[in-house]
Amino acid sequence: MKDPANDLVNETVNDPVNETVNDPVNETSGGPSDHPLLSIEDLRLSFGGVLAIDGLTFGVGEAEIVSLIGPNGAGKTSAFNCVTGFYRPTAGAVRLRGRDITGLRPSAVAALGVARTFQNLRLFGEMSVLDNVRAGTHLWIRQSVFDALLHTPRYRRGEREITEQAHHWLDFAGLRGDRYGPARALPYGEQRRVEIARALARRPDLLLLDEPAAGLNHGEKAEMLDLIRRIRDLGIAIVLIEHDMGLVMDVSQRVVVLNFGREIADGPPEEVRRDPEVVEAYLGRDADEAEIEQARASVAGGRDDGGA
Amino acid sequence: MTRRDAGPRSIASRLVDSLTENRWIGLAGLAIALLAPFVNATPYAISVMTSAAIFVMLAAGLNIVVGYCGLLDLGYAAFFAVGAYTSGVLSTRFDLPLVATLPAVLVATVIAGVVIGAPTLRLRSDYLAIVTLGFGEIIRITATNLDVTGGPSGIYGIPGLAGDRISFYYLTVLVVAVAVVGAARLGRSRLGRAWRFVREDEDAAEAMGVHTYKVKMAAYIAGAIWGGLAGVLFAAHLSAIAPSSFTFLQSALVLMAVVLGGMGSIRGVVIGAVIISLLPELLRDLADYRFVAFGVLLIIVMLVRPQGLWPARAREAARSTAPREAVR
Repeated sequence: MKDPANDLVNETVNDPVNETVNDPVNETSGGPSDHPLLSIEDLRLSFGGVLAIDGLTFGVGEAEIVSLIGPNGAGKTSAFNCVTGFYRPTAGAVRLRGRDITGLRPSAVAALGVARTFQNLRLFGEMSVLDNVRAGTHLWIRQSVFDALLHTPRYRRGEREITEQAHHWLDFAGLRGDRYGPARALPYGEQRRVEIARALARRPDLLLLDEPAAGLNHGEKAEMLDLIRRIRDLGIAIVLIEHDMGLVMDVSQRVVVLNFGREIADGPPEEVRRDPEVVEAYLGRDADEAEIEQARASVAGGRDDGGA
Repeated sequence: MTRRDAGPRSIASRLVDSLTENRWIGLAGLAIALLAPFVNATPYAISVMTSAAIFVMLAAGLNIVVGYCGLLDLGYAAFFAVGAYTSGVLSTRFDLPLVATLPAVLVATVIAGVVIGAPTLRLRSDYLAIVTLGFGEIIRITATNLDVTGGPSGIYGIPGLAGDRISFYYLTVLVVAVAVVGAARLGRSRLGRAWRFVREDEDAAEAMGVHTYKVKMAAYIAGAIWGGLAGVLFAAHLSAIAPSSFTFLQSALVLMAVVLGGMGSIRGVVIGAVIISLLPELLRDLADYRFVAFGVLLIIVMLVRPQGLWPARAREAARSTAPREAVR
């Protein structure tokens, strides 16, 4: 049987929804094809005096998987929030195919073809699983209030189509649980799948996954790895925040490493894993003798002070 | 919050589901409303039932704002007042039939919805409740102080919409039925889903491309229209309106009906509204104590069933969705 959903996916996404784009054409550029899908330029974000992101620059090409890694508190999720419009960066720019999207509201960024998941699952708990995935169709379903009030053929057709789409993406994400019941009733791993299905139903060009494998067991992680690859095969670029290094090294084409809001490495996984600065950020510096001596001295000194 | 059992459900609960999800339930409710005058057609009973029907429409409108969209509105009577006063003033000043004032009522209620909503919908939960409470009082006090609205004594001699009491009752029931079905259909549409996305998680809704501010404004405007049209029915029913009909107590009672019935559940809300409007009449024998009894009963119901008498359920019927084989 022919799959209607694939046609929809292959359709070029051109959303005329948003008219408030700051800088639709980059003066220095030839055409939109010259631009990477996503480019983040010298992004800075501070909360009061705390620098959460201190100069982050990287790009993501079409259908590329880029991982953003770093210790907890390195500013990875903050970077996601800047890209998707939840935070307004203090300085720097976020461009989507050359178009400046910095400071747009999240729904406007979503309208341009960006979907995301959240580190702590953010499902619509009291709504059915299918309704959750239908949220992803909100931007492309055409339905007026009058269609809804009069149940016009367009309403029925639209509702049928988005239901099929919801089923399709739940199948794609490999959901085994009950689709008709409330999302909160599903086990944790299944909720992760629903969140990804919801993001895919948006038919994004760029998908931001914030720790998709967190809290999953070994088998579920393998399935997640497979799912991420299959998403990429649809032509969707992925930016991945993940702590599971096995998964990151396995799936990524490029890895960007953040530490204390600073970018310390950007390259293919093999290269990044050998980078001494990255190793240091993850494992701590080799404690050299001088430092150990100093620590001993301070401990001893403290004891002396206490005695005096 | 209790986590409901996700496992196989008992036959009894399935039976209850199939009964409560039956689409004929709504028609049965309508039939009861249509047949009620054959049981008791005293002017008093008809008047009480008409008021109850109007109250159902108010509750259906507030349910859009509070139940679907999760915006706590404590000044809903403001829209009721705007509708009633717009139709009342225009029909008495310019000698118009009440029907002719409907376009003006729609415009006025939409404007009221935008004026009240635009500054307040940026606020979250508790702040929104306080501000809407304030707006409700502003509208009432404005009506008390303006000459055009007749000051504290209000407006008299508003023309009716239908000849006698009985036919006006039937007209009201039909209008309210359409309004209730309309609210329910909106709730099941793209917009209605967006309202519930906002209620469940505003950030996740934004991330999926829902412009939460516009969607909340749409809920507010829809609520305003429902409330305003109920106001027209109210003006036609009583033929006189005064600021004392649009107090905070009125807003609180409508909210009570929504909460009692089950927020976001149109069936529950209709039942809640009927109970809230009829119970004080049924308790009339208790004379001075009837509102005490009313309050105690409400407290008991909310203790026993905090989710409402007929709560909305997240489970959707499998029949409404395409078979999975079709898309695989």
